[in-house]
Amino acid sequence: MRTQATGPALQMPEKHYLNATYGIRSWLLTTDHKRIALLWLAAVTFFFFIGGFFAMMIRLHLLTPNGYLLTPDMYNRMFTMHGVTMVFFFLIPSIPAILGNFLIPMMIGAKDLAFPKINLLSWYIYIIGGLFTLWSMINGGLDTGWTFYTPLSTVYSNSAVGPAVIGVFINGFSSILTGLNFLVTVHTMRAPGMTWFRLPLFVWAHYATSIVMILGTPVIAITLGLAAMERLFGLGFFNPAMGGDPILFQHLFWFYSHPAVYIMILPAMGVISELIPTFARKRLFGYHFVAAASLAIAVIGFLVWTHHMFLTGQSTYAAVAFSFLTFIVAIPSAIKTFNWTATLFGGSISFDTPMLYAFGFLGLFMIGGLTGLFLGALGVDINIHDTYFVVAHFHYIMVGGAVMGYLGGLHFWWPKITGRMYPEWLARIAAFILFIGFNFTFFPQFILGIMGMPRRYHMYPPEFQIYNVMSTAGASILAVGYLLPMVYLTWAAFYGKVAGDNPWPATGLEWKTQSPPLTENFDVTPVVTWEAYDFHNRPDLGLDVPSGKGSPVVAPAHGDD
Amino acid sequence: MAEQEHTEHIVSPGTYLAIILTLLALTGITVFAAFVNLGRFNIVVALLIATIKATLVVLIFMHAKYAPERTKLVIIAGIFWLALLLFMTLSDYASRVDYRGVRYPMTQIILRAPGQRG
Amino acid sequence: MHRTGALFGQFKTLEQQKDTATLGMWIFLVTEVMFFGGIMLAYTINRHTYFHAFAMGSNTLSLGLGGFNTVVLLASSFTMAMAVWSAQTSRKKLITLFLSLTILLGFVFFGVKYVEYAQKFHHHLVPGKNFDIFYCVTNPTKCEDIDAADMAKEREEIEVAAKADPDLNAHAQLYYSAYFGMTGLHALHMVIGAGLLFWLLKESVAGRFNAEWNNPVDIVGLYWHFVDIVWIYLFPLLYLIDRHK
Repeated sequence: MRTQATGPALQMPEKHYLNATYGIRSWLLTTDHKRIALLWLAAVTFFFFIGGFFAMMIRLHLLTPNGYLLTPDMYNRMFTMHGVTMVFFFLIPSIPAILGNFLIPMMIGAKDLAFPKINLLSWYIYIIGGLFTLWSMINGGLDTGWTFYTPLSTVYSNSAVGPAVIGVFINGFSSILTGLNFLVTVHTMRAPGMTWFRLPLFVWAHYATSIVMILGTPVIAITLGLAAMERLFGLGFFNPAMGGDPILFQHLFWFYSHPAVYIMILPAMGVISELIPTFARKRLFGYHFVAAASLAIAVIGFLVWTHHMFLTGQSTYAAVAFSFLTFIVAIPSAIKTFNWTATLFGGSISFDTPMLYAFGFLGLFMIGGLTGLFLGALGVDINIHDTYFVVAHFHYIMVGGAVMGYLGGLHFWWPKITGRMYPEWLARIAAFILFIGFNFTFFPQFILGIMGMPRRYHMYPPEFQIYNVMSTAGASILAVGYLLPMVYLTWAAFYGKVAGDNPWPATGLEWKTQSPPLTENFDVTPVVTWEAYDFHNRPDLGLDVPSGKGSPVVAPAHGDD
Repeated sequence: MAEQEHTEHIVSPGTYLAIILTLLALTGITVFAAFVNLGRFNIVVALLIATIKATLVVLIFMHAKYAPERTKLVIIAGIFWLALLLFMTLSDYASRVDYRGVRYPMTQIILRAPGQRG
Repeated sequence: MHRTGALFGQFKTLEQQKDTATLGMWIFLVTEVMFFGGIMLAYTINRHTYFHAFAMGSNTLSLGLGGFNTVVLLASSFTMAMAVWSAQTSRKKLITLFLSLTILLGFVFFGVKYVEYAQKFHHHLVPGKNFDIFYCVTNPTKCEDIDAADMAKEREEIEVAAKADPDLNAHAQLYYSAYFGMTGLHALHMVIGAGLLFWLLKESVAGRFNAEWNNPVDIVGLYWHFVDIVWIYLFPLLYLIDRHK
């Protein structure tokens, strides 16, 4: 954990980005990417709670087959708002806007992102979009499903569709601006010696994510714009009564929303690519393949969207082509998983909390990804489309994958962000609680899906109750797993043990700054002369590097954990 | 620093003038062509001329011809992704065939189920 | 981060700043391509499906006004390019002149668009409750701006179209949805562009641009040219459907 197992307690640096200036204006008008990242952390956590509240309502309602808690209409609104909040206001921004914003300039040796003011604007746009969506919730929420299918959303729904559509539309621009900022930053702001293939894979992952944000988000923007026009002014592209086509809406919607899931998972994969080498003290296996796989996922991810529409009556030939492409898109993810595993082999592994989350990711993402293949097979999909199998599949990837990556990253970089360490044993227990709670929540849902329980239904046959109860019980445990880090990370930010520059130690350029960093990140622009994850040639890390070739670098002794 | 900009290539007003005159001429041609009955090729000709005009604007007015390779890659990526959106979606509509092997005309896809009349 | 003259604090050199801002604008334009692409897709599918209605709708547009607007916008691209050249060659007075001309041409475009939109309102051709493609043909006195010869042609066309498509009114509304959607979106982008041009004008009057630093003129120019390219496609797609009848 810490290279200094014993010795004098470390001191917080005198000047850093948190105490550089004071007052609410210095935070709300900041252009420092690190402060903006913390603004994002607050906002995203707020929406996570809201999405979690809706999840709680769903699971409580589903404890009984006849659903006594909510009316059917209210239930529709619960799962819709859960989806809208979690997808657009939690998953898509989380890692890029918080960890990406905080770390990318430091990882490449820059003082800030290319466009700091646009960075702040992006946060404000998110807040405005969020306010519109909250307005929709206050006015009863919407009941169309987070997918806004027409003509329900544009013509027939009596719920607060308008504000929600506007909120998500506005939020899209936040995503676009963040992606634009990252792309340009990585191209033009790298320090001398930081060549493309010395970049941390976290940066590669965010580069790929930004490509998806740039190319996909405008399409959902125009789609929601047209849907809003249809609802407000009766335009008619998606309304069959006027000769419009609901399937056109679905094509346009999923053209973005499928790549959107890669926006959600690629950053998490980037985090894992940082965690595993650090806690195995070994260079990442197949760096170039992992970098290329990130780009491949981003590109091929745009070619598969109609697999969400297999049952709409679309062309069978198109369906076959898209099914094939869906199988192809699994390959780069598999390559990454193999490379992470190969990195572990012969490494010097320790089980610090971030590593626990990384292990959780490996297993759960694999299950989620494999079940995606079942869904991508045309014949099988006929039976499991729109069932709980789909729900379990994407929660395995989004929660078991993306959220684990998010939490693992938060823990890993918390000492850099705050200068202080979180309590290690409590954190490990929380990680276990989360893992157990997660599996109890979502594994039964695979079974429910195979048994035929449809999704988005407010009631179910009594024989499904045992699995629903198991799922709700698991959700309660999962909730504890989420709440614990929120509490102890906040506590640790103020009272945790001072961490020092590089507590793990890790090889990234961000660990060469003080913790917390200066506003300008570096005193002097670094000149990079080393490769990424090169544990063997970094004497500055203070690790015990044996001279025998192939011998693992020795993990540092654990201090008073 | 990664890529350095070369000394700026300044396009002359004479070139700009030549381009704008070409664009105006092409506009005239496109209107003229619209009045000639080319059947289903009217749209092809119209889009072709529009693309030539757009290409001239991108290359000369927007200086893409003199821009670094990276800019050209960005432009091509944009056009390619637009083509992806259009062609892959149209491939669904264009290849729908019902269980009898009969191709769906587009109107049937949107208005009625196969075999249904009126 | 502090700013020294034109150089922002996160950059090392003006060259890096220029490179960064230009790349940023190009990537933003790619997002705009995808944004307009979505509505182009909707247009494409509906045009193919309801060709008669779309042809009918297209023929109610004034080719004269549309063609004039196209010329105006192309000219404004020329004046914008000349503004960039003036900045690159430090001809400060000319920068202001060409920016002003570009803004002027933009406003001419808006004026013509206003006339066209007003005409559509008058003729009950705006999507919504009052939409009626047959309005002018059945109420010729209400549509005095269409002369007798054009009215006779329209009557003929509409009879043929109505025979081919019994649901002509509903499908024509889709054409006008595309028309207002696409030209409206385009006009919105032009308004933003005009705003940017006004800002540039203010800066150019203050003497901010010269051969060493003219990047803002350059990147606003990129945006303006893109808006022009959108119109280059909109004109044939909306105004020139089946004109040869």
